[in-house]
Amino acid sequence: MLALGFLGLALAAGFLPVLWMGASEGLARFDPYIIRVLSFTLLQAGLSTILSIALGLPVARALARRQAFPGRALVVRLLNLPLALPSIVVIIGIIEVYGAKGWLGGVFSIYGLQGILLAHVFFNFPLAARLILSDLERVPAESWKLSAQLGFGPLEIFRLVEWPQIRSSLPGVALLIFLLCASSFAIVLTLGGGPRATTLEVAIFQSLRSDFDPQRASMLAFVQLALCASLALLAQRWGGLAQGWPPLRTHARRFDGRSLSACVGDVSLITAGLLLLLPPLAALVAAGVLQLHGSMLLVRAIGTSLALGASSAALAFLIVWPLASLAARSRTWARIAGLAVLASWIVPPAALATGWFVTLISYAGMGGLAAFLVVAMNALMSLPFVHQALGPALAQSAAAHDRLCISLGLSGWNRFRLIDVPVLKRAIGLALVMALILSLGDLTAISLFGTQDFVTLPALIYRQMGSYRFEEAIGTALILGLMVLAFTSLAERWSAKA
Amino acid sequence: MKKTLATLFALLSLTAPAVAKDTLTIYTYDSFDAEWGPGPKVKDAFEKTCDCTIEWVAPGDGVAVLNRLKLEGKNTRADVVLGLDTNLTAEAAATGLFGKHGVDVNLARTPIPWVDEYFMPFDFAHFAVVYDSQAMKDPPKSLDELVNGNPSQKIVLEDPRSSTPGLGFLLWMKQVYGDKAPQAWKKLSGRILTTTPGWSEAYALFTKGEAPMVLSYTTSPAYHVIAENTDRYKAAAFSEGHYLQIEVAGLIEGSAHKALAQTFIAFMMSPGFQDQIPTNNWMFPAGPTSAPLPPAFDALVKPAKTLIYSPLEVDQNRRAWIDEWLNALAK
Repeated sequence: MLALGFLGLALAAGFLPVLWMGASEGLARFDPYIIRVLSFTLLQAGLSTILSIALGLPVARALARRQAFPGRALVVRLLNLPLALPSIVVIIGIIEVYGAKGWLGGVFSIYGLQGILLAHVFFNFPLAARLILSDLERVPAESWKLSAQLGFGPLEIFRLVEWPQIRSSLPGVALLIFLLCASSFAIVLTLGGGPRATTLEVAIFQSLRSDFDPQRASMLAFVQLALCASLALLAQRWGGLAQGWPPLRTHARRFDGRSLSACVGDVSLITAGLLLLLPPLAALVAAGVLQLHGSMLLVRAIGTSLALGASSAALAFLIVWPLASLAARSRTWARIAGLAVLASWIVPPAALATGWFVTLISYAGMGGLAAFLVVAMNALMSLPFVHQALGPALAQSAAAHDRLCISLGLSGWNRFRLIDVPVLKRAIGLALVMALILSLGDLTAISLFGTQDFVTLPALIYRQMGSYRFEEAIGTALILGLMVLAFTSLAERWSAKA
Repeated sequence: MKKTLATLFALLSLTAPAVAKDTLTIYTYDSFDAEWGPGPKVKDAFEKTCDCTIEWVAPGDGVAVLNRLKLEGKNTRADVVLGLDTNLTAEAAATGLFGKHGVDVNLARTPIPWVDEYFMPFDFAHFAVVYDSQAMKDPPKSLDELVNGNPSQKIVLEDPRSSTPGLGFLLWMKQVYGDKAPQAWKKLSGRILTTTPGWSEAYALFTKGEAPMVLSYTTSPAYHVIAENTDRYKAAAFSEGHYLQIEVAGLIEGSAHKALAQTFIAFMMSPGFQDQIPTNNWMFPAGPTSAPLPPAFDALVKPAKTLIYSPLEVDQNRRAWIDEWLNALAK
């Protein structure tokens, strides 16, 4: 309840002032410009989502089936990386590989819809694979034993074991990716080839920032609200609840996929995924590794990023856990929670921050508030990711353990400590890492509230790029990437500990 | 958990600046106060002359600075705002927050005579098409040659909706083509590789070899000569003239440190400030420097003619001109 209250308050404070500015002068008309922008947003985000899932799902299946191969841990960790990288860094990575002077020597033009899709799939198929993999890892050990005894082939396993498990979260994953792509800004403009490729987010930005036209901004925000809310409800309708006892602590052993053809299939799928993921990352490492200059500002940026990231991850967790616990036990709450966590994405973050600013500035100066606002905003933005990593796992665990807990009289902190944490360690770890990564990569909040000494790594990257220091900026991005890998492996180590 | 959080917030507060003496708060754009930018050196130089501390606040680029100011209104912490350009000053003045700077306008060494009593210029540069001399042997000699030239030789432009150089180029096209600007844009569109949200993306694409031309400043080649020791990147001189960007600073009327703010604006027009501009901000100083500019600056393109709209004209027409551009290119 407290979590919901916090959310409601935060959103009201953020959204109402902007809405008020717009509504007090009447909303703008639904003109052809908005329709064009809307249809392009739907097109590019829809295609990006379909492609990301179409690649992410098979890769996740292959990774789940190959439980041990050299480098598997690293591959899984790498999947977390793109989410943290600022889009300008990804653009440079993509140019180094696919650009006119790139490693592939410009086999095709990256400007146009194909370029947008390429970059979005690079960003999001790893996210899809990572989330779906965490689902597949919760298939109960008994299911694998049973399917081996019954002699299920790959098709039956997919239909009867994997699909029911994936189905519970696939719509949520798709929705997340859609929202990420719909709100993508620099990639759409830079690789889109010009103003033909204008998305809703660009239009909102334009009307809030350069035109300062709150009427049009409110109109566009309403369109975004309607779009996101209806998609969220649709996703919930399709989603289901995964059944069965999730494996406790240990890995569930699998008996399928031992034939040569299955091996070859999995290896080639994983390779295909890596072929998309690795070259731009490798190009960035090559470009930035010699440019690592230590400086006070860099050290401070690392410290600030860490502190902000950890605080917002903790805050996001504290909001999502009670919500997801309620949602696990009631369909109504599930609906409310599903919508509530999306709130920061439904309301454009820039509008939200603008609103907070207007609301809070009259009560307090900027000084101590800045850090808190950045943390709050980052936490809000990572809610859907935390919820996606935590929700399905929590629901599955609730279905499996609720009766046992009632009969044992376990509740509250004891239940959290003895049942939930051991069973959900992996999900909790993933949730915290996702939140941390998102905050590490954030630019929106820090660019609104940052000052001279209050700098994060992405903000530093943009400063360096703004002063001709492109190579140095990529060096900074490498440090950001290393931090992500370090955190992911820390979280994995924690969840593997019995 | 609580302990961890407490430690984290302690860490956060460590990164906050210490406060002592009189503090002059200056809003500026982010690359101005970067550690390699002029900000830190200007701070040192000014703090030697006054018993005060400068605190820079950098909410992003120039547009972000103005928007922060609009949101804060009378509650703003800013004493001085530094880094708006003349395309934004009419809008900034309309907030009613700015006071007269009280400095002699004739001190300004800008390509056009200075008359503004509310804003003083601190640096300037002309926009220019910068080209890669290894990839392009015959660069365009005029805007018209750029518009009508070989479409296989592309240029990277910035979006006028989100970028200062992007808006500058839009105004440049408008100055040269007037009512025929939409046709010129249509003609040019075949040569535009892409339109990026900001200067950084465009310049990154250009230096990675994606296109032989980019919209930047006449001063860009000086950076490559001085910092990278290469004259590979050059600016193309256009016969119609070049559009001018002037960066200015103003003081907040309601500031508690108004006298100090005035001292700062006066200081801004002296060598203590101006010496930091050429090789830290890569712009031309708008006031006297203690030594002549580095030779690399003498070799830069000197525009045959300076093109510029008054702040008021820009303010009144920007929206319509951007829509015109959008219609010409988005169909």
